[in-house]
Amino acid sequence: MKDLSVKVAGVTFPNPVIAASGTYGFGEDYAPLYPLNKLGGISCKGTTINEKPGNLPPRIAETTAGMLNSVGLQNPGVDVFINKYLPELKKNGNVIIANIAGATIDDYIATAEKLDATDVDMIELNISCPNVKQGGATWGTTCQGAAAVTKAVRNATKKPVMVKLTPNVTNITEIAKAVEAEGADCLSLINTLLGMRIDIRTKRPILHNNVGGFSGPAIFPVAVRMVWQVANAVNIDVVGMGGITTAEDAVEMMMAGAKAVQMGTAIFTDPYSPLKVIDGLEKYMIENNLDSLSEICGVVKPW
Amino acid sequence: MTYKCSEYKLIEKKAIASGIFSFTILCPEVAELSECGQFVHILVKGCTLRRPISICEVDREKGTIRIVFEIRGSGTDKLAGMNVGDDIDMIAPLGKGFSVKELPEGKRVIVVGGGIGVPPMLETAKAHKKAAAVLGFRDYSRVILTEDFKKNGIDTIVCTDDGSVGNKGTIAEPLRAELAKGDVEAVFACGPKPMLAAVISAAKEYGVFCEVSLEERMGCGVGACVGCVARINRNGEEKLLRVCKDGPVFNAEEVIL
Repeated sequence: MKDLSVKVAGVTFPNPVIAASGTYGFGEDYAPLYPLNKLGGISCKGTTINEKPGNLPPRIAETTAGMLNSVGLQNPGVDVFINKYLPELKKNGNVIIANIAGATIDDYIATAEKLDATDVDMIELNISCPNVKQGGATWGTTCQGAAAVTKAVRNATKKPVMVKLTPNVTNITEIAKAVEAEGADCLSLINTLLGMRIDIRTKRPILHNNVGGFSGPAIFPVAVRMVWQVANAVNIDVVGMGGITTAEDAVEMMMAGAKAVQMGTAIFTDPYSPLKVIDGLEKYMIENNLDSLSEICGVVKPW
Repeated sequence: MTYKCSEYKLIEKKAIASGIFSFTILCPEVAELSECGQFVHILVKGCTLRRPISICEVDREKGTIRIVFEIRGSGTDKLAGMNVGDDIDMIAPLGKGFSVKELPEGKRVIVVGGGIGVPPMLETAKAHKKAAAVLGFRDYSRVILTEDFKKNGIDTIVCTDDGSVGNKGTIAEPLRAELAKGDVEAVFACGPKPMLAAVISAAKEYGVFCEVSLEERMGCGVGACVGCVARINRNGEEKLLRVCKDGPVFNAEEVIL
Protein backbone atom coordinates (compact mmCIF):
# COMPACT_ATOMS: atom_id res chain seq x y z
CA MET A 1 0.00 0.00 0.00
CA LYS A 2 1.49 3.27 -1.14
CA ASP A 3 0.69 6.61 0.43
CA LEU A 4 -0.98 8.56 -2.37
CA SER A 5 -1.67 11.63 -0.29
CA VAL A 6 -0.88 15.09 -1.58
CA LYS A 7 -1.00 18.52 -0.01
CA VAL A 8 -2.62 21.42 -1.83
CA ALA A 9 -2.54 24.84 -0.14
CA GLY A 10 -1.97 23.12 3.19
CA VAL A 11 -4.95 20.79 2.81
CA THR A 12 -4.15 17.07 2.74
CA PHE A 13 -5.96 14.98 0.13
CA PRO A 14 -5.69 11.18 0.73
CA ASN A 15 -5.13 10.84 -3.01
CA PRO A 16 -4.76 13.43 -5.76
CA VAL A 17 -7.95 12.68 -7.70
CA ILE A 18 -10.74 15.23 -7.27
CA ALA A 19 -14.13 15.15 -9.02
CA ALA A 20 -14.42 18.38 -11.02
CA SER A 21 -17.15 20.88 -10.34
CA GLY A 22 -20.26 20.49 -12.44
CA THR A 23 -19.64 16.84 -13.23
CA TYR A 24 -20.35 15.25 -9.87
CA GLY A 25 -23.31 17.25 -8.57
CA PHE A 26 -23.23 17.14 -4.78
CA GLY A 27 -22.02 13.54 -4.74
CA GLU A 28 -25.34 11.83 -4.13
CA ASP A 29 -25.96 10.88 -7.76
CA TYR A 30 -22.92 8.59 -7.82
CA ALA A 31 -23.39 7.22 -4.30
CA PRO A 32 -24.99 3.97 -5.60
CA LEU A 33 -21.67 2.98 -7.20
CA TYR A 34 -18.95 3.50 -4.59
CA PRO A 35 -18.28 5.34 -1.34
CA LEU A 36 -17.47 8.99 -1.98
CA ASN A 37 -14.40 8.73 0.24
CA LYS A 38 -12.63 6.73 -2.47
CA LEU A 39 -12.02 10.10 -4.14
CA GLY A 40 -9.35 12.43 -2.83
CA GLY A 41 -11.88 15.22 -2.92
CA ILE A 42 -15.04 16.50 -4.51
CA SER A 43 -15.43 19.93 -6.01
CA CYS A 44 -19.17 20.49 -5.77
CA LYS A 45 -21.49 21.88 -8.41
CA GLY A 46 -21.00 25.65 -8.86
CA THR A 47 -23.12 27.41 -6.28
CA THR A 48 -24.49 30.95 -6.26
CA ILE A 49 -26.02 33.10 -3.54
CA ASN A 50 -29.55 32.44 -4.87
CA GLU A 51 -31.03 29.54 -6.82
CA LYS A 52 -30.21 29.66 -10.55
CA PRO A 53 -32.43 27.98 -13.17
CA GLY A 54 -29.66 27.60 -15.76
CA ASN A 55 -29.93 27.72 -19.55
CA LEU A 56 -32.65 26.24 -21.73
CA PRO A 57 -31.96 22.84 -23.32
CA PRO A 58 -30.29 21.43 -25.34
CA ARG A 59 -27.30 21.85 -23.04
CA ILE A 60 -25.13 18.99 -24.27
CA ALA A 61 -23.41 18.25 -27.58
CA GLU A 62 -20.96 15.48 -28.26
CA THR A 63 -17.77 16.19 -30.18
CA THR A 64 -14.84 14.14 -31.38
CA ALA A 65 -13.18 12.97 -28.15
CA GLY A 66 -15.13 15.45 -26.09
CA MET A 67 -18.32 17.34 -25.48
CA LEU A 68 -19.83 20.78 -25.13
CA ASN A 69 -22.04 21.86 -22.27
CA SER A 70 -24.03 24.99 -21.56
CA VAL A 71 -25.71 24.20 -18.26
CA GLY A 72 -25.42 27.80 -17.09
CA LEU A 73 -24.72 27.16 -13.41
CA GLN A 74 -28.11 25.67 -12.54
CA ASN A 75 -27.97 25.18 -8.78
CA PRO A 76 -30.25 25.39 -5.75
CA GLY A 77 -28.37 28.26 -4.06
CA VAL A 78 -25.76 28.26 -1.31
CA ASP A 79 -28.21 27.82 1.59
CA VAL A 80 -29.54 24.56 0.16
CA PHE A 81 -25.95 23.46 -0.47
CA ILE A 82 -24.99 24.18 3.14
CA ASN A 83 -28.09 22.74 4.78
CA LYS A 84 -29.01 19.83 2.54
CA TYR A 85 -25.86 18.58 0.84
CA LEU A 86 -22.78 19.64 2.82
CA PRO A 87 -23.47 17.56 5.97
CA GLU A 88 -23.77 14.34 3.90
CA LEU A 89 -20.71 15.23 1.83
CA LYS A 90 -18.63 15.89 4.94
CA LYS A 91 -19.81 12.63 6.49
CA ASN A 92 -19.17 10.48 3.41
CA GLY A 93 -16.37 12.21 1.52
CA ASN A 94 -12.81 13.35 2.00
CA VAL A 95 -11.86 16.92 1.06
CA ILE A 96 -15.02 18.85 0.17
CA ILE A 97 -14.56 21.90 -2.01
CA ALA A 98 -17.36 24.41 -2.50
CA ASN A 99 -17.30 25.96 -5.96
CA ILE A 100 -18.83 29.43 -6.00
CA ALA A 101 -19.86 31.83 -8.74
CA GLY A 102 -21.61 35.16 -8.87
CA ALA A 103 -22.77 38.01 -11.07
CA THR A 104 -21.36 40.70 -8.78
CA ILE A 105 -18.49 40.94 -6.32
CA ASP A 106 -21.05 41.28 -3.54
CA ASP A 107 -22.56 37.93 -4.60
CA TYR A 108 -19.16 36.26 -4.29
CA ILE A 109 -18.56 37.89 -0.89
CA ALA A 110 -21.98 36.92 0.48
CA THR A 111 -21.58 33.32 -0.74
CA ALA A 112 -18.05 33.03 0.65
CA GLU A 113 -19.10 34.48 4.02
CA LYS A 114 -21.85 31.87 4.36
CA LEU A 115 -19.41 29.09 3.53
CA ASP A 116 -16.82 30.48 5.92
CA ALA A 117 -19.16 29.58 8.77
CA THR A 118 -19.35 25.91 7.67
CA ASP A 119 -16.91 23.01 7.84
CA VAL A 120 -16.31 22.97 4.08
CA ASP A 121 -12.59 22.37 3.47
CA MET A 122 -11.88 24.73 0.63
CA ILE A 123 -13.51 27.30 -1.63
CA GLU A 124 -12.97 27.14 -5.37
CA LEU A 125 -13.67 30.45 -7.08
CA ASN A 126 -15.40 29.97 -10.39
CA ILE A 127 -14.40 33.02 -12.39
CA SER A 128 -14.40 31.10 -15.60
CA CYS A 129 -17.83 29.71 -16.41
CA PRO A 130 -18.33 30.33 -20.14
CA ASN A 131 -22.07 29.70 -19.99
CA VAL A 132 -23.53 32.62 -18.08
CA LYS A 133 -24.00 36.10 -19.44
CA GLN A 134 -23.19 37.88 -16.21
CA GLY A 135 -20.32 36.90 -13.97
CA GLY A 136 -18.34 33.76 -14.53
CA ALA A 137 -15.88 34.26 -17.31
CA THR A 138 -16.38 38.01 -17.41
CA TRP A 139 -14.37 38.08 -14.17
CA GLY A 140 -11.78 35.58 -15.23
CA THR A 141 -10.78 37.03 -18.57
CA THR A 142 -9.10 40.19 -17.29
CA CYS A 143 -6.38 40.58 -14.68
CA GLN A 144 -8.34 43.36 -12.98
CA GLY A 145 -11.56 41.33 -12.77
CA ALA A 146 -9.83 38.18 -11.57
CA ALA A 147 -7.82 40.12 -9.01
CA ALA A 148 -10.86 42.01 -7.71
CA VAL A 149 -12.92 38.86 -7.08
CA THR A 150 -9.98 37.07 -5.50
CA LYS A 151 -9.25 39.98 -3.19
CA ALA A 152 -12.89 40.28 -2.11
CA VAL A 153 -13.28 36.58 -1.38
CA ARG A 154 -9.88 36.44 0.32
CA ASN A 155 -11.12 39.07 2.78
CA ALA A 156 -14.45 37.28 3.27
CA THR A 157 -13.11 33.89 4.37
CA LYS A 158 -10.27 32.18 6.18
CA LYS A 159 -10.84 29.00 4.17
CA PRO A 160 -8.17 28.10 1.61
CA VAL A 161 -9.16 29.72 -1.68
CA MET A 162 -8.57 27.97 -5.00
CA VAL A 163 -9.12 30.12 -8.08
CA LYS A 164 -10.31 28.27 -11.20
CA LEU A 165 -8.91 29.82 -14.35
CA THR A 166 -10.39 30.02 -17.81
CA PRO A 167 -8.29 29.06 -20.82
CA ASN A 168 -10.21 31.54 -22.97
CA VAL A 169 -7.61 34.29 -22.55
CA THR A 170 -4.56 35.49 -24.43
CA ASN A 171 -2.12 34.93 -21.60
CA ILE A 172 -3.20 32.73 -18.73
CA THR A 173 -0.01 33.30 -16.73
CA GLU A 174 -0.82 37.00 -16.33
CA ILE A 175 -4.21 36.14 -14.80
CA ALA A 176 -2.57 33.51 -12.60
CA LYS A 177 -0.03 36.02 -11.29
CA ALA A 178 -2.76 38.61 -10.71
CA VAL A 179 -4.82 36.29 -8.48
CA GLU A 180 -1.72 35.02 -6.70
CA ALA A 181 -0.88 38.63 -5.82
CA GLU A 182 -4.34 39.05 -4.25
CA GLY A 183 -3.94 36.07 -1.94
CA ALA A 184 -5.17 33.02 -3.83
CA ASP A 185 -3.91 29.92 -1.99
CA CYS A 186 -3.91 27.75 -5.09
CA LEU A 187 -5.13 27.60 -8.68
CA SER A 188 -7.14 25.08 -10.65
CA LEU A 189 -7.09 24.94 -14.43
CA ILE A 190 -8.29 24.66 -17.06
CA ASN A 191 -12.02 25.34 -17.15
CA THR A 192 -13.69 24.53 -20.48
CA LEU A 193 -12.73 26.05 -23.82
CA LEU A 194 -15.48 27.99 -25.55
CA GLY A 195 -16.84 25.95 -28.45
CA MET A 196 -19.77 25.56 -30.84
CA ARG A 197 -21.48 22.86 -32.91
CA ILE A 198 -24.09 23.37 -35.61
CA ASP A 199 -26.78 20.94 -36.75
CA ILE A 200 -26.34 21.18 -40.52
CA ARG A 201 -29.88 19.85 -41.08
CA THR A 202 -31.63 22.61 -39.14
CA LYS A 203 -28.85 25.22 -39.42
CA ARG A 204 -29.28 25.68 -35.67
CA PRO A 205 -26.50 25.52 -33.11
CA ILE A 206 -26.92 22.25 -31.18
CA LEU A 207 -26.77 24.15 -27.89
CA HIS A 208 -29.67 26.47 -27.12
CA ASN A 209 -27.06 28.85 -25.69
CA ASN A 210 -25.39 28.72 -29.16
CA VAL A 211 -21.94 28.28 -27.58
CA GLY A 212 -20.71 26.20 -24.68
CA GLY A 213 -17.77 24.81 -22.77
CA PHE A 214 -15.63 22.23 -24.55
CA SER A 215 -14.22 19.45 -22.38
CA GLY A 216 -12.97 15.89 -22.59
CA PRO A 217 -9.87 14.08 -23.87
CA ALA A 218 -9.62 16.40 -26.90
CA ILE A 219 -8.57 19.35 -24.72
CA PHE A 220 -5.95 17.48 -22.68
CA PRO A 221 -2.86 18.82 -24.54
CA VAL A 222 -4.12 22.39 -24.14
CA ALA A 223 -4.58 21.78 -20.42
CA VAL A 224 -1.11 20.27 -20.00
CA ARG A 225 0.44 23.24 -21.77
CA MET A 226 -1.40 25.79 -19.64
CA VAL A 227 -0.72 23.97 -16.36
CA TRP A 228 2.95 23.85 -17.28
CA GLN A 229 3.04 27.56 -18.13
CA VAL A 230 1.14 28.58 -14.99
CA ALA A 231 3.06 26.29 -12.63
CA ASN A 232 6.25 27.94 -13.86
CA ALA A 233 4.83 31.43 -13.39
CA VAL A 234 3.50 31.24 -9.82
CA ASN A 235 4.66 30.02 -6.40
CA ILE A 236 1.28 28.67 -5.24
CA ASP A 237 -0.01 25.14 -5.81
CA VAL A 238 -1.71 24.23 -9.07
CA VAL A 239 -4.43 21.63 -9.57
CA GLY A 240 -4.57 20.39 -13.17
CA MET A 241 -7.66 19.42 -15.11
CA GLY A 242 -8.91 19.19 -18.67
CA GLY A 243 -9.47 15.87 -20.38
CA ILE A 244 -7.75 13.61 -17.87
CA THR A 245 -8.97 10.08 -18.51
CA THR A 246 -6.23 7.68 -17.42
CA ALA A 247 -3.55 7.36 -14.74
CA GLU A 248 -0.97 8.15 -17.42
CA ASP A 249 -2.79 11.42 -18.11
CA ALA A 250 -2.71 12.22 -14.39
CA VAL A 251 1.04 11.50 -14.20
CA GLU A 252 1.59 13.71 -17.24
CA MET A 253 -0.42 16.52 -15.68
CA MET A 254 1.56 16.22 -12.45
CA MET A 255 4.84 16.26 -14.36
CA ALA A 256 3.65 19.49 -15.97
CA GLY A 257 3.39 20.96 -12.48
CA ALA A 258 0.05 19.91 -10.95
CA LYS A 259 -0.04 18.86 -7.28
CA ALA A 260 -3.40 17.16 -7.78
CA VAL A 261 -5.85 16.62 -10.62
CA GLN A 262 -9.55 17.04 -11.24
CA MET A 263 -11.56 14.72 -13.47
CA GLY A 264 -14.88 15.55 -15.06
CA THR A 265 -15.97 14.44 -18.50
CA ALA A 266 -14.22 11.07 -18.04
CA ILE A 267 -16.70 10.34 -15.24
CA PHE A 268 -19.56 10.61 -17.73
CA THR A 269 -17.87 8.08 -19.98
CA ASP A 270 -16.98 5.79 -17.09
CA PRO A 271 -18.13 6.61 -13.55
CA TYR A 272 -15.37 4.36 -12.23
CA SER A 273 -12.62 6.24 -14.09
CA PRO A 274 -11.44 8.24 -11.04
CA LEU A 275 -10.95 5.00 -9.11
CA LYS A 276 -9.09 3.47 -12.05
CA VAL A 277 -6.81 6.52 -12.12
CA ILE A 278 -6.15 6.20 -8.38
CA ASP A 279 -5.29 2.49 -8.78
CA GLY A 280 -3.09 3.31 -11.77
CA LEU A 281 -1.25 5.99 -9.82
CA GLU A 282 -0.49 3.53 -7.03
CA LYS A 283 0.83 1.05 -9.59
CA TYR A 284 2.94 3.81 -11.12
CA MET A 285 4.40 4.63 -7.69
CA ILE A 286 5.28 0.99 -7.09
CA GLU A 287 6.85 0.54 -10.53
CA ASN A 288 8.85 3.75 -10.18
CA ASN A 289 9.70 3.26 -6.55
CA LEU A 290 8.13 6.54 -5.43
CA ASP A 291 7.38 7.30 -1.80
CA SER A 292 5.31 10.35 -2.62
CA LEU A 293 3.58 11.70 -5.70
CA SER A 294 5.16 15.07 -4.94
CA GLU A 295 8.34 13.53 -6.39
CA ILE A 296 6.87 13.83 -9.91
CA CYS A 297 5.32 17.27 -9.52
CA GLY A 298 6.79 19.56 -12.16
CA VAL A 299 9.61 17.19 -13.11
CA VAL A 300 9.14 17.64 -16.85
CA LYS A 301 12.52 18.38 -18.43
CA PRO A 302 11.79 20.94 -21.15
CA TRP A 303 14.00 20.94 -24.21
CA MET B 1 -33.24 4.87 -6.57
CA THR B 2 -30.27 2.63 -7.14
CA TYR B 3 -28.54 1.42 -10.26
CA LYS B 4 -25.62 -0.69 -11.44
CA CYS B 5 -22.69 0.05 -13.73
CA SER B 6 -21.00 -2.95 -15.28
CA GLU B 7 -20.52 -5.06 -18.40
CA TYR B 8 -23.25 -7.48 -19.38
CA LYS B 9 -23.44 -10.12 -22.12
CA LEU B 10 -25.41 -9.53 -25.26
CA ILE B 11 -27.21 -12.86 -25.69
CA GLU B 12 -29.62 -12.18 -28.55
CA LYS B 13 -29.53 -9.73 -31.42
CA LYS B 14 -32.14 -9.21 -34.11
CA ALA B 15 -32.66 -6.65 -36.84
CA ILE B 16 -36.41 -6.01 -36.58
CA ALA B 17 -36.73 -3.29 -39.23
CA SER B 18 -34.39 -1.36 -41.46
CA GLY B 19 -31.81 0.20 -39.10
CA ILE B 20 -33.67 -0.93 -35.97
CA PHE B 21 -32.21 -3.55 -33.67
CA SER B 22 -33.39 -5.60 -30.73
CA PHE B 23 -30.80 -6.64 -28.12
CA THR B 24 -31.43 -9.03 -25.26
CA ILE B 25 -28.90 -8.56 -22.49
CA LEU B 26 -28.18 -10.95 -19.62
CA CYS B 27 -28.06 -8.76 -16.51
CA PRO B 28 -29.94 -10.34 -13.57
CA GLU B 29 -29.02 -7.55 -11.14
CA VAL B 30 -30.34 -4.93 -13.56
CA ALA B 31 -33.46 -6.93 -14.50
CA GLU B 32 -34.26 -7.26 -10.80
CA LEU B 33 -34.34 -3.47 -10.42
CA SER B 34 -35.83 -2.46 -13.78
CA GLU B 35 -39.26 -0.93 -14.12
CA CYS B 36 -41.25 0.08 -17.18
CA GLY B 37 -40.23 3.42 -18.63
CA GLN B 38 -36.69 3.35 -17.25
CA PHE B 39 -33.62 3.39 -19.48
CA VAL B 40 -30.07 2.09 -19.78
CA HIS B 41 -27.02 4.26 -20.52
CA ILE B 42 -24.69 2.41 -22.86
CA LEU B 43 -21.03 3.11 -23.51
CA VAL B 44 -19.99 2.65 -27.11
CA LYS B 45 -16.22 2.33 -27.60
CA GLY B 46 -14.72 5.53 -28.93
CA CYS B 47 -17.58 7.79 -27.81
CA THR B 48 -17.24 10.28 -24.96
CA LEU B 49 -20.90 10.19 -24.01
CA ARG B 50 -23.07 7.17 -23.38
CA ARG B 51 -26.29 6.49 -25.32
CA PRO B 52 -29.54 6.43 -23.37
CA ILE B 53 -31.87 3.67 -24.61
CA SER B 54 -35.22 2.80 -23.10
CA ILE B 55 -35.97 -0.62 -21.68
CA CYS B 56 -38.40 -2.50 -23.91
CA GLU B 57 -38.93 -5.65 -21.88
CA VAL B 58 -37.78 -7.10 -18.57
CA ASP B 59 -37.65 -10.82 -17.79
CA ARG B 60 -36.71 -11.21 -14.14
CA GLU B 61 -36.91 -15.02 -14.31
CA LYS B 62 -34.37 -15.22 -17.10
CA GLY B 63 -32.46 -12.23 -15.70
CA THR B 64 -32.62 -10.36 -19.00
CA ILE B 65 -33.69 -7.04 -20.36
CA ARG B 66 -34.47 -6.20 -23.95
CA ILE B 67 -33.70 -2.92 -25.66
CA VAL B 68 -34.75 -1.77 -29.11
CA PHE B 69 -32.91 1.09 -30.77
CA GLU B 70 -32.57 2.79 -34.11
CA ILE B 71 -29.31 3.77 -35.80
CA ARG B 72 -29.33 7.55 -35.46
CA GLY B 73 -25.63 8.37 -35.72
CA SER B 74 -22.14 6.96 -35.38
CA GLY B 75 -22.69 5.84 -31.77
CA THR B 76 -25.80 3.78 -32.36
CA ASP B 77 -24.23 2.57 -35.62
CA LYS B 78 -21.29 1.13 -33.67
CA LEU B 79 -23.67 -0.29 -31.07
CA ALA B 80 -25.56 -2.07 -33.86
CA GLY B 81 -22.25 -3.66 -34.85
CA MET B 82 -21.97 -5.52 -31.55
CA ASN B 83 -22.61 -9.22 -31.63
CA VAL B 84 -23.95 -12.00 -29.43
CA GLY B 85 -21.34 -12.78 -26.78
CA ASP B 86 -20.01 -9.21 -26.65
CA ASP B 87 -20.02 -7.33 -23.37
CA ILE B 88 -22.17 -4.23 -23.15
CA ASP B 89 -20.99 -1.57 -20.71
CA MET B 90 -24.07 0.00 -19.20
CA ILE B 91 -25.35 2.03 -16.30
CA ALA B 92 -28.83 0.75 -15.51
CA PRO B 93 -31.62 0.95 -14.72
CA LEU B 94 -31.94 4.73 -14.67
CA GLY B 95 -34.68 7.30 -14.31
CA LYS B 96 -38.21 7.43 -13.05
CA GLY B 97 -40.48 5.17 -15.11
CA PHE B 98 -44.23 5.05 -15.70
CA SER B 99 -46.62 4.64 -12.79
CA VAL B 100 -48.07 1.16 -12.62
CA LYS B 101 -51.79 1.39 -11.91
CA GLU B 102 -53.83 -1.05 -9.86
CA LEU B 103 -56.82 -1.37 -12.18
CA PRO B 104 -60.37 -1.67 -10.86
CA GLU B 105 -62.55 -4.31 -12.58
CA GLY B 106 -63.54 -3.20 -16.07
CA LYS B 107 -60.82 -0.55 -16.34
CA ARG B 108 -57.78 -0.52 -18.60
CA VAL B 109 -54.81 1.61 -19.55
CA ILE B 110 -53.81 2.78 -23.00
CA VAL B 111 -50.19 2.99 -24.06
CA VAL B 112 -49.32 5.19 -27.01
CA GLY B 113 -46.04 4.89 -28.86
CA GLY B 114 -44.66 6.73 -31.85
CA GLY B 115 -41.80 5.35 -33.95
CA ILE B 116 -38.75 4.57 -31.84
CA GLY B 117 -40.84 5.70 -28.83
CA VAL B 118 -42.78 2.42 -29.07
CA PRO B 119 -40.30 0.09 -27.27
CA PRO B 120 -40.75 1.31 -23.66
CA MET B 121 -44.53 1.06 -24.08
CA LEU B 122 -44.35 -2.74 -24.43
CA GLU B 123 -43.14 -3.31 -20.87
CA THR B 124 -45.51 -0.58 -19.67
CA ALA B 125 -48.49 -2.35 -21.24
CA LYS B 126 -47.33 -5.72 -19.88
CA ALA B 127 -47.08 -4.27 -16.37
CA HIS B 128 -50.86 -3.72 -16.34
CA LYS B 129 -53.66 -6.23 -15.95
CA LYS B 130 -55.49 -4.83 -18.97
CA ALA B 131 -53.94 -2.64 -21.62
CA ALA B 132 -54.50 -1.50 -25.17
CA ALA B 133 -51.85 -0.01 -27.43
CA VAL B 134 -52.11 2.69 -30.07
CA LEU B 135 -48.92 2.69 -32.09
CA GLY B 136 -47.91 5.12 -34.82
CA PHE B 137 -45.25 4.75 -37.49
CA ARG B 138 -44.15 6.65 -40.58
CA ASP B 139 -44.78 3.77 -42.98
CA TYR B 140 -44.74 -0.04 -43.22
CA SER B 141 -40.94 -0.17 -43.25
CA ARG B 142 -40.76 1.38 -39.76
CA VAL B 143 -43.37 -0.80 -38.06
CA ILE B 144 -41.91 -2.58 -35.03
CA LEU B 145 -43.02 -4.75 -32.12
CA THR B 146 -46.71 -4.96 -33.05
CA GLU B 147 -46.60 -8.77 -32.89
CA ASP B 148 -44.95 -8.56 -29.45
CA PHE B 149 -47.85 -6.47 -28.16
CA LYS B 150 -50.44 -8.87 -29.60
CA LYS B 151 -48.58 -11.90 -28.26
CA ASN B 152 -48.95 -10.45 -24.78
CA GLY B 153 -52.71 -10.13 -25.13
CA ILE B 154 -52.66 -6.38 -25.70
CA ASP B 155 -55.30 -4.98 -28.07
CA THR B 156 -53.18 -3.18 -30.62
CA ILE B 157 -54.16 -0.46 -33.05
CA VAL B 158 -51.53 0.40 -35.64
CA CYS B 159 -51.41 3.68 -37.55
CA THR B 160 -49.08 4.77 -40.31
CA ASP B 161 -48.72 8.23 -41.76
CA ASP B 162 -49.22 6.89 -45.30
CA GLY B 163 -51.72 4.17 -44.46
CA SER B 164 -49.40 1.40 -45.66
CA VAL B 165 -50.23 -0.55 -42.49
CA GLY B 166 -53.32 -0.14 -40.31
CA ASN B 167 -55.10 3.18 -40.03
CA LYS B 168 -53.96 6.06 -42.21
CA GLY B 169 -52.92 9.09 -40.18
CA THR B 170 -51.71 9.80 -36.69
CA ILE B 171 -52.64 8.11 -33.41
CA ALA B 172 -54.85 11.07 -32.41
CA GLU B 173 -58.23 9.84 -33.73
CA PRO B 174 -57.92 6.17 -32.71
CA LEU B 175 -56.78 7.34 -29.25
CA ARG B 176 -59.82 9.59 -28.90
CA ALA B 177 -62.10 6.75 -29.97
CA GLU B 178 -60.61 4.53 -27.26
CA LEU B 179 -60.92 7.26 -24.63
CA ALA B 180 -64.52 7.82 -25.61
CA LYS B 181 -65.35 4.29 -24.44
CA GLY B 182 -65.06 5.64 -20.89
CA ASP B 183 -63.14 2.71 -19.36
CA VAL B 184 -59.62 4.18 -19.52
CA GLU B 185 -57.84 4.63 -16.18
CA ALA B 186 -54.61 6.08 -17.56
CA VAL B 187 -52.75 6.94 -20.77
CA PHE B 188 -48.99 6.47 -21.06
CA ALA B 189 -47.00 7.72 -24.04
CA CYS B 190 -43.56 7.96 -25.60
CA GLY B 191 -42.77 9.42 -29.00
CA PRO B 192 -42.08 12.61 -30.91
CA LYS B 193 -43.21 15.90 -29.36
CA PRO B 194 -46.16 16.59 -31.73
CA MET B 195 -47.51 13.13 -30.87
CA LEU B 196 -47.08 13.76 -27.15
CA ALA B 197 -48.91 17.06 -27.52
CA ALA B 198 -51.84 15.26 -29.16
CA VAL B 199 -51.89 12.59 -26.44
CA ILE B 200 -51.75 15.16 -23.65
CA SER B 201 -54.61 17.19 -25.10
CA ALA B 202 -56.78 14.10 -25.68
CA ALA B 203 -56.18 12.80 -22.14
CA LYS B 204 -56.97 16.20 -20.71
CA GLU B 205 -60.18 16.45 -22.72
CA TYR B 206 -61.38 13.13 -21.28
CA GLY B 207 -60.05 13.87 -17.79
CA VAL B 208 -57.79 10.80 -17.80
CA PHE B 209 -54.51 10.48 -15.87
CA CYS B 210 -51.60 10.76 -18.31
CA GLU B 211 -47.83 10.39 -18.19
CA VAL B 212 -45.35 10.95 -21.01
CA SER B 213 -41.71 10.04 -21.48
CA LEU B 214 -39.38 12.82 -22.66
CA GLU B 215 -36.11 12.73 -24.54
CA GLU B 216 -33.20 15.18 -24.33
CA ARG B 217 -29.49 15.23 -25.14
CA MET B 218 -27.92 13.59 -22.12
CA GLY B 219 -24.60 13.72 -20.29
CA CYS B 220 -23.98 11.63 -17.17
CA GLY B 221 -27.40 9.91 -17.10
CA VAL B 222 -27.51 9.79 -13.30
CA GLY B 223 -28.46 13.36 -12.41
CA ALA B 224 -25.06 14.85 -11.67
CA CYS B 225 -24.38 17.09 -14.66
CA VAL B 226 -27.84 18.66 -15.06
CA GLY B 227 -27.33 18.52 -18.82
CA CYS B 228 -30.60 16.93 -19.96
CA VAL B 229 -33.24 19.21 -18.51
CA ALA B 230 -36.83 19.66 -19.67
CA ARG B 231 -39.23 22.51 -18.93
CA ILE B 232 -41.60 21.30 -16.24
CA ASN B 233 -44.37 23.16 -14.47
CA ARG B 234 -44.31 21.96 -10.88
CA ASN B 235 -46.11 23.52 -7.91
CA GLY B 236 -47.07 26.53 -10.02
CA GLU B 237 -43.49 27.24 -11.01
CA GLU B 238 -41.63 26.54 -14.24
CA LYS B 239 -38.53 24.50 -13.48
CA LEU B 240 -35.83 22.87 -15.55
CA LEU B 241 -35.80 19.29 -14.32
CA ARG B 242 -33.47 16.45 -15.27
CA VAL B 243 -34.86 14.03 -17.84
CA CYS B 244 -32.42 11.37 -16.60
CA LYS B 245 -33.31 11.45 -12.92
CA ASP B 246 -36.50 13.46 -12.33
CA GLY B 247 -37.83 11.80 -15.53
CA PRO B 248 -37.80 10.60 -18.25
CA VAL B 249 -41.47 10.06 -17.34
CA PHE B 250 -43.39 13.13 -16.20
CA ASN B 251 -47.01 13.82 -15.44
CA ALA B 252 -48.63 15.23 -18.58
CA GLU B 253 -50.01 18.22 -16.71
CA GLU B 254 -46.50 19.34 -15.80
CA VAL B 255 -44.91 19.05 -19.21
CA ILE B 256 -44.20 22.16 -21.28
CA LEU B 257 -43.52 20.95 -24.80
